[in-house]
Amino acid sequence: MTTPVAVRADDVWKLYGSGEAQVTALRGVSLSLARGEFTAVMGPSGSGKSTLMHCMAGLDAVTRGEVRIGATALTGLRDRAMTRLRRDQIGFIFQQFNLLPTLSAAENIRLPLSIAGRRPDPAWWEQVIDAVGLRERLGHRPNQLSGGQQQRVACARALVPRPEVIFADEPTGNLDSRSGAEVLAFLRASVREFGQTIVMVTHDPVAAAHADRVVFLADGAIVTELRAPTAEGVLDTMKNLDRVEG
Amino acid sequence: MLHATWKSLLSRKLRLLLSGLAIVLGVTFVSGAFVLTDTLGRAFDDLYALQYRSVDVQVRPAPEGGSTEDDEEIRTGVPAGLVDRVRAVPGVAAATGIVSVDGARVIGTDGKVVTTTGSSRLGSTWTGENDLVRLRAGRAPRTGDEVVLNAALLEAAGVRLGDRVGILTVQPRRTFTVVGVQEYTGGRDSLGGNLEVSFHSSVASRLMLGRDGQFSAVGVTPAAGVPTAAVQAGIRSALGAGYRVQTGAELRAAARTDAQSDLAVVNSVLLGFAAVSLLVGVVLILNTFAILVAQRTRELALLRALGGSRRQTLASVLAEALVIGVTAAAVGLGTGIGVGALLAWLFSTQGGRTVALAGIGVPLMAPVAAFGVGVLVSLVAAVVPALRAARIPVIAAMRESATPDRPLTTLNRAGIAAGTLGAALLTAGVVGDGTAWLLGAGAVTGFVGVVLLTPAMARPVAGSIGRLFAGTAAGRLGRLNAGRNPRRTANTATALMVGIALITGMNTVLASTTASLRDRIADQITADLLIAGDASLADDPPAFDPAVLQRVRALGGVSAAAGTYRGDAAVDGERAAVAVVTDVPAHARMYSMRAVAGALTDLGPNRVAVRDDTARRLSLRPGSTVRVRLAYGGTRSMTVAAVYTGGDAVGEWLLPISEVPNLAVPQLANVDLTVAGDAAVADVRRQVEALLADSPEITVTDREGYLRRQTGQYDLIATLIQILLGLAVLIAVLGVVNTLALSVLERTRELGLVRAVGLTRGQTMWMVTVEAVLIAVFGALLGVAVGTGLGAAVVRALHRSGITTFALPWPRIGLCLALGAVIGVVAAILPAARAARTDVLRAISYE
Repeated sequence: MTTPVAVRADDVWKLYGSGEAQVTALRGVSLSLARGEFTAVMGPSGSGKSTLMHCMAGLDAVTRGEVRIGATALTGLRDRAMTRLRRDQIGFIFQQFNLLPTLSAAENIRLPLSIAGRRPDPAWWEQVIDAVGLRERLGHRPNQLSGGQQQRVACARALVPRPEVIFADEPTGNLDSRSGAEVLAFLRASVREFGQTIVMVTHDPVAAAHADRVVFLADGAIVTELRAPTAEGVLDTMKNLDRVEG
Repeated sequence: MLHATWKSLLSRKLRLLLSGLAIVLGVTFVSGAFVLTDTLGRAFDDLYALQYRSVDVQVRPAPEGGSTEDDEEIRTGVPAGLVDRVRAVPGVAAATGIVSVDGARVIGTDGKVVTTTGSSRLGSTWTGENDLVRLRAGRAPRTGDEVVLNAALLEAAGVRLGDRVGILTVQPRRTFTVVGVQEYTGGRDSLGGNLEVSFHSSVASRLMLGRDGQFSAVGVTPAAGVPTAAVQAGIRSALGAGYRVQTGAELRAAARTDAQSDLAVVNSVLLGFAAVSLLVGVVLILNTFAILVAQRTRELALLRALGGSRRQTLASVLAEALVIGVTAAAVGLGTGIGVGALLAWLFSTQGGRTVALAGIGVPLMAPVAAFGVGVLVSLVAAVVPALRAARIPVIAAMRESATPDRPLTTLNRAGIAAGTLGAALLTAGVVGDGTAWLLGAGAVTGFVGVVLLTPAMARPVAGSIGRLFAGTAAGRLGRLNAGRNPRRTANTATALMVGIALITGMNTVLASTTASLRDRIADQITADLLIAGDASLADDPPAFDPAVLQRVRALGGVSAAAGTYRGDAAVDGERAAVAVVTDVPAHARMYSMRAVAGALTDLGPNRVAVRDDTARRLSLRPGSTVRVRLAYGGTRSMTVAAVYTGGDAVGEWLLPISEVPNLAVPQLANVDLTVAGDAAVADVRRQVEALLADSPEITVTDREGYLRRQTGQYDLIATLIQILLGLAVLIAVLGVVNTLALSVLERTRELGLVRAVGLTRGQTMWMVTVEAVLIAVFGALLGVAVGTGLGAAVVRALHRSGITTFALPWPRIGLCLALGAVIGVVAAILPAARAARTDVLRAISYE
């Protein structure tokens, strides 16, 4: 492999509870995400796709195995170091409640940098603002923006600090299809034009079709993956998974 | 529905406990006051029953103007001859002249005068052992140089049988040998904390009443078989007016009435603090319920959607309030009984007091008031949130977020109206002649206006203060959060404002009083040194040997010295304080006193001077005559020689030097002196101090020290009041904690988000702390502003009482604002820790 690795999971296990009530959410998942690649993680409910994302993003601790973001191993990091890592190297886009209602759009975008006490690079800032198409809306508060606009603000916020990787958890789950398409187009464009690494958890085959690579999870393990997917291809694979499951 | 109420109450125990705490405190004050007054009242009853058990009938000088108030009585004696006249009345078996007067001050082994807190220091004649008094050790005094001390005094002074002890009376210090120790019925060391010196009958009158051959009362024993009432009537008709003839039962009743009215004062003070903390309680409960109703909008709407009626929603919120009120009242009643009992016990045991408590009394009024107040206050506080809950539309169940804050328009209009009206009334009062009701009404209306306007002020004010913290992202977020729910911020700040406003108001009045006094001293007093006793609240100001004045005059470096005697008099039947000055021209110079009619040099036998305001009130001018009665010398007609202005040290009436022997205390109260140009004040002061060795209660001060002494007497009370008001502030801190805790809970998702995008735990805590500090400082600012306004109104109303300078207590205002910041930091600790512990994963996961 010549492409550098942005995120790497090695034999990651995640167990909840203990004794009889123990649940194994991830059973030995290994996954490498190349820098500048757009990866979608899919799977039926309870397959462990969200858990995998949380573990890779340092939001949840793994039971066994190792996760690396860039050169940093997450295992054993204390809260302060983990928080700093999230602030500087990871961008987040959540399904909903992505913005602080008290801050304007611009302030929300600037939030991670402002927490770190830094200012955005002006040229990069302009480029990102143009890319999300929110120049006219920067002074507005979240409650004055549509759902799609809010999600694009969240995208810009994730992108501006130039993190090693952006994790997007069902970013289109709460949007109508047109707004969802805009958000996906933006994510696609940031990978293509800015070389950003993005991991997206989704259950929507159309969304997954925007990725370079789709990883399928079932019952806490990776079962298969597709490169250069199409919506139909993803749908077929999902149906097969359901059949296997059933 | 009631079941649902109960469930939701249990799930928020701690929160409701916090908001109920102010009610607990208020109810504690209320029930504590009733328990204390009842318990002590009965203890005093028992004491007086004991004290007057052996008294059948007593004859004393009559008060002026036929009043029965003890306060109106001029301290004087009855002539010794009266004993024989009483004895001659048919039905009288025995009549004994007795002296028993407050003001025998024993100098302890430490060289200091033994003091009491409120109890008397009696100087009496030893009349032998009787039902009440018994010798515990030693023997009766046989000469004028021997005394018997009561056991409590013996211990307090640290002396032993056979010791020599210095005693101050209305005569200069004299030394006596302690030959006996007396105790009271049942082996008591003291009766109600009183200290008592029993003198030999040959000296008691001179020492305690100022001249020989006097008694303070005549005790009468009726002959066997003669009813007390008959003897009383017989003596009355034999003596005529001018004497008061009372039975033991009447004396006991009078003493009891006195004690009751003293206790009533304590009672109203405690009830005043109860009112303050209950006011804070109303604000806190209102706020808590308002937040809870807002957070439970969907839940309440769901209940409506499932068929609950508006009435049921209303009832469920009120039921919660009722439970809080009843619980808080029950707890408060318990602590109140405890506190009342504790205070009574402290009172009964401190300073060698032996007021035997006849058991702790819980009058019916205590539980009635406790539950009445607790329930009423919590229901009143819950009405507005309950109505708001009832108005939640069913559709709110389907809405995603809580309903936004309603606009403040109505509130603002009402606030502006009330504020303007209040300001107008205050202005009218201040510009006018300081009419008390105008100022009072203005202050109250203005206060209401400020309270109504706090929500509108919350965002701009908290935002402005918040600029201090805008340097960091966490600080900026905290600042925005503080301005986010203006009503919530305002209510929380209001609770804090109440206590701080009262503290600031009081300090403003005190600062103005001090400043006025300082101005007056600077303007009017030119005396370099002032010799006087420390006026305490319990006693008459102590006096000292007139010989000191001669010795002061003889000192090198003293250019002029004037002494002042003080006494009580009845002038035209009205009680008045009078003064006699030894050197009127010198005194007039030192106190900027001058005649506006007549001449001060014209004073002489039966010629007096009167202050201008009193002269105006009584329509007196030079040449008018007044009827004056002093302690001795009967009632005489005197002529007004002069009307003066200024001269605060003299008072209303200035009498000629020839009247000194007729005063109850023929000793100096003050000596003021000026130092010759070439002498150092400090040197003279040292020499004067040496002259005062026999008068430990008397000190010499310069003008600055005089000011401190004048203002120092308020310090203790001011501190005490501030401690009690501090309790109200403390409770308000719990309000800040409560609001923050609810806000943190409400913003779990937001906290998760900011933690996810990189806010560290420390930064999260700082964010919450900034919010808390802004709310608390906002409250403190409001308190300082309102308190200053209140203080200004009071100062204006007191203008006629001589408070003419308005001064702001800057150091204390600064302290209040700093206190606000500290309160914010302290209140933030728990909510901030909780916010920092927010589990990012749970906060952001959408299930």
